[in-house]
Amino acid sequence: MKTTGRVNGIISNIVIVKADGPVGQNEICYVRTGGTKMMAEVIKVVGDSAYVQVFDSTRGLKVGDKVEFEGHMLEATLAPGLLSRNYDGLQNDLEKMEGLFIARGSITDPIDYDAEWDFKPLAGAGDKVSAASWLGEVKEQWVDHKIMVPFTMTGTYTVKSVAAEGKYKVTDTVAVVTDAEGRDHAITMVQKWPVKQAVRCYAEKPRPSRVMATGVRAIDTFNPMAEGGTGFIPGPFGAGKTVLQHAISKQADADVIVMVACGERANEVVEIFKEFPELVDPRTGHKLMERTIIVCNTSNMPVAAREASVYTGMTIGEYYRSMGLKVLVMADSTSRWAQALREMSNRLEELPGQDAFPMDLSAIISNFYSRAGLVRLTNGATGSVTFLGTVSPAGGNLKEPVTESTKKAARCFYALSQGRADSKRYPAIDPLESYSKYLEYPEIREYLDERIEKDWVDLVYEGKTVVQRGKEANDQINILGDDGVPVEYHERFWKSELIDFVILQQDAFDAIDANCPMERQKMMYEMVIGICRRDFGFADFEECSQFFKGLINLFRQMNYSEWGSEKFEDYKRQIEAYLNQQTTK
Amino acid sequence: MTTRAFQKIYTKIDNITKATVTLRASGVGNDELATVGGKLAQVVKIMDGNVTLQVFAGTEGISTDSEVVFQGEPPKLRVSDNLAGRFFNAYGEPLEGGEPLEGEAREIGGPTVNPFRRLQPSELIATGIAGIDLNNTIVTGQKIPFFADPDQPYNAVMANVALRAKADKIILGGMGLTNDDFLYFKSVFENAGALDRIVSFVNTTENPPVERLLVPDMALTAAEYFAVDKGEKVLVLLTDMTLYADALAIVSNRMDQIPSKDSMPGSLYSDLAKIYEKAVQLPNGGSITIIAVTTLSGGDITHAIPDNTGYITEGQLFLRNDSDTGKVIVDPFRSLSRLKQLVIGKKTREDHPQVMNACVRLYADAANAKTKLENGFDLSDYDERTLKFAYDYSVKLLSIDVNISIDEMLDTAWGLFAEYFSKEEVAIKEELIKKYWKEA
Repeated sequence: MKTTGRVNGIISNIVIVKADGPVGQNEICYVRTGGTKMMAEVIKVVGDSAYVQVFDSTRGLKVGDKVEFEGHMLEATLAPGLLSRNYDGLQNDLEKMEGLFIARGSITDPIDYDAEWDFKPLAGAGDKVSAASWLGEVKEQWVDHKIMVPFTMTGTYTVKSVAAEGKYKVTDTVAVVTDAEGRDHAITMVQKWPVKQAVRCYAEKPRPSRVMATGVRAIDTFNPMAEGGTGFIPGPFGAGKTVLQHAISKQADADVIVMVACGERANEVVEIFKEFPELVDPRTGHKLMERTIIVCNTSNMPVAAREASVYTGMTIGEYYRSMGLKVLVMADSTSRWAQALREMSNRLEELPGQDAFPMDLSAIISNFYSRAGLVRLTNGATGSVTFLGTVSPAGGNLKEPVTESTKKAARCFYALSQGRADSKRYPAIDPLESYSKYLEYPEIREYLDERIEKDWVDLVYEGKTVVQRGKEANDQINILGDDGVPVEYHERFWKSELIDFVILQQDAFDAIDANCPMERQKMMYEMVIGICRRDFGFADFEECSQFFKGLINLFRQMNYSEWGSEKFEDYKRQIEAYLNQQTTK
Repeated sequence: MTTRAFQKIYTKIDNITKATVTLRASGVGNDELATVGGKLAQVVKIMDGNVTLQVFAGTEGISTDSEVVFQGEPPKLRVSDNLAGRFFNAYGEPLEGGEPLEGEAREIGGPTVNPFRRLQPSELIATGIAGIDLNNTIVTGQKIPFFADPDQPYNAVMANVALRAKADKIILGGMGLTNDDFLYFKSVFENAGALDRIVSFVNTTENPPVERLLVPDMALTAAEYFAVDKGEKVLVLLTDMTLYADALAIVSNRMDQIPSKDSMPGSLYSDLAKIYEKAVQLPNGGSITIIAVTTLSGGDITHAIPDNTGYITEGQLFLRNDSDTGKVIVDPFRSLSRLKQLVIGKKTREDHPQVMNACVRLYADAANAKTKLENGFDLSDYDERTLKFAYDYSVKLLSIDVNISIDEMLDTAWGLFAEYFSKEEVAIKEELIKKYWKEA
């Protein structure tokens, strides 16, 4: 018997329900008013009163309206057919909703139950299996989508039978497994998982040991992201968080991308809707949309569903990771999620922490970030979820609770600076504030030694030192004046400008410059570091700045030219000639 | 308002605060309207049998035996073509008499457009102001505020923008507008002969502040009628959103909510987003563009109101007094239009993006040179030239009194480049230099 209840109080989207039976924390229920049925989640229980947050507008709701409890938590539906879809925070398919406006209580299926998939068995009768073991696979777009033992099945099982190769619907039984007590369990291609719990069906979670290329020089060269790693991008508004995230989502070396638009602008999501079906992933030749799943709960959609959206996105990421795929989950912005938590906590009249955020904010954030990671599956394959979140610090001040809590949880920090954004130095990733802890990992060092060249990390640190010294020299110049410092100070400053303009700055709107492959990054970086190592011995600071301005201009033209093209080589020759001319002076 | 047969009338109020009353009532819906002692109020909280109502005009003079009449429905606006050319108060009632509205009554603050049904904004709105068109191009379906100190002529700039924008309808939502400013808008629109395409919802400083909370929703409900039902291009002007947020803070305070940053309610972001996100480009060709004003205190954009606004809107236009030229300019550093990438160099001339960036970069160099000068250092030849460039750039392009076409703006910029700089210093793609460089 399902527990039912009646509405007894309403404060904005928090509804207090008098329940007639047992109620679980985070249990899902439906509130009925008029002809509509709205989903809600239990967030607090006091005696027989359940406080539920409604994932919709509570306008017109009355005391006495009926509530039905479902006996399970908020779940994601996991099955073939998730790729390319556009979901709201509760995994309703936005495309299937009728009408221009999202009507209250709109609930649509996350997958097509009628679609048929070409199933190929991977396991055979007698095999020992456990949760997340691969039983078979179907082709979803170009991804080998594994059909797994549902994550909720604990213990070990023996495969009794697996369906033969052929077309099946997601709800058809494709395998039967027998548990230790001899009971049979029919397995279909669809399973459900409570989104707020981490999927832990893997053998182990080793340290990340590979770099995930993003095509953004300021990240790949200076502060690389690890496959299975975590990172976050804080920055004031206008600093280019979203442009950077979009660039990464287009270019990242991942099999599946889950974009969670969490409490941000609808027009930004529209940009993805429009561009991704047309853009081609240079690595695979497939359309970007084919590897992308969008979970979109924009700022004007219900606040409670905003909180759910990041969990929905992460759960989908973990599902694909269990298939041995490289998944990148991105959330823009986690601050909106934290604000949703704040709104709830406030309405529940909990004692607030700093800036009125809930006291356990830090724990919630670190718990969430810990769901990312590289995993070794029970069959020896590896899969990864790399998580990258943006943070929108209030007033651009990085000393606020969300930024500080995230800093404790994430391993890469890409600080966007207002100063760089103001002078249009994009991406505005601050080269001195930002860091990647992965540069310190011996595993990553080894990987870069092998993949790029021996001692690459040392070269990276050398560049960072040039930038640091350049900044110090510039501070001195500003205090003492152009003439008040030795010419070497100018040379130091301009060398850091060279790195800034050629390596760190990148035009995300230029077809060629936007995406810089590792091979090209290596070449450009080595050219630039080579120049930084030279001693030019300029006569005066005017000569120094003139020289470097000319040099930067040539390098910029080179960045805009196609890799290996005649033009590219020509600029390279021009740069060499320009340098020789200076040295022979 | 007329009394209807099924309406429930109560005459025993338990609690009265400055902005709310609480009484025992049954069968009441959340968000429902009611009148309390003749004043309009809305249900904001229901707990056990206790219903809390927010009285828009304040609770002065309400007594425990005042009559409370529930209307059984949330606030609505009657929409039809004859909204055009008229002025209304925050409740959607005609100001200065006139016939009451007819047409379908629509709930204000209605549902969200499905993001999947939206189109990408792609139509440029030309304003003639280079600080906007050249540096921060606005597009239909965009939402963008002016960030301005209270002494700056933001209302005049906004009125100009509205009239030049070639919108089918202009909807003015005035919150805490001084009566003088209200009359100013009225006469500007009248003199332009544009009154028949303007709808105004106005709460002046003479009206109770909490009433302001209804104004944006009223304005946007009217906007949705013209954009969604009629496929028109609608421009919504909201001034001043800071006063709107202040009203939110008052109500949240009266309801004992824990304030977050700057005494603003914790839900400020969502509250503002609900308004601004109504900006949309629709598949039927209609669009809602929102241009708002957020007044700042001493240029501080880290205050919770401009800060949250900046995270919601697609950029901001920052007005600043330029002491060097004596002009009010659109600050090229702090201003931004996020949607400009959709049109510049595509709907405008190919050199637009690079010319824009080069100008701003050189203007930044001028700012550095100025700092040097102030610190008593000698200026290099390049520094001197950037300062001259900055002066011309400010007068000929950034100033809000400029009114020229985008091609003229680009030509002006190329002229300034050639006058003060070498091609290397401007550092623009070579193909464009070849095509557009003007020998001085």
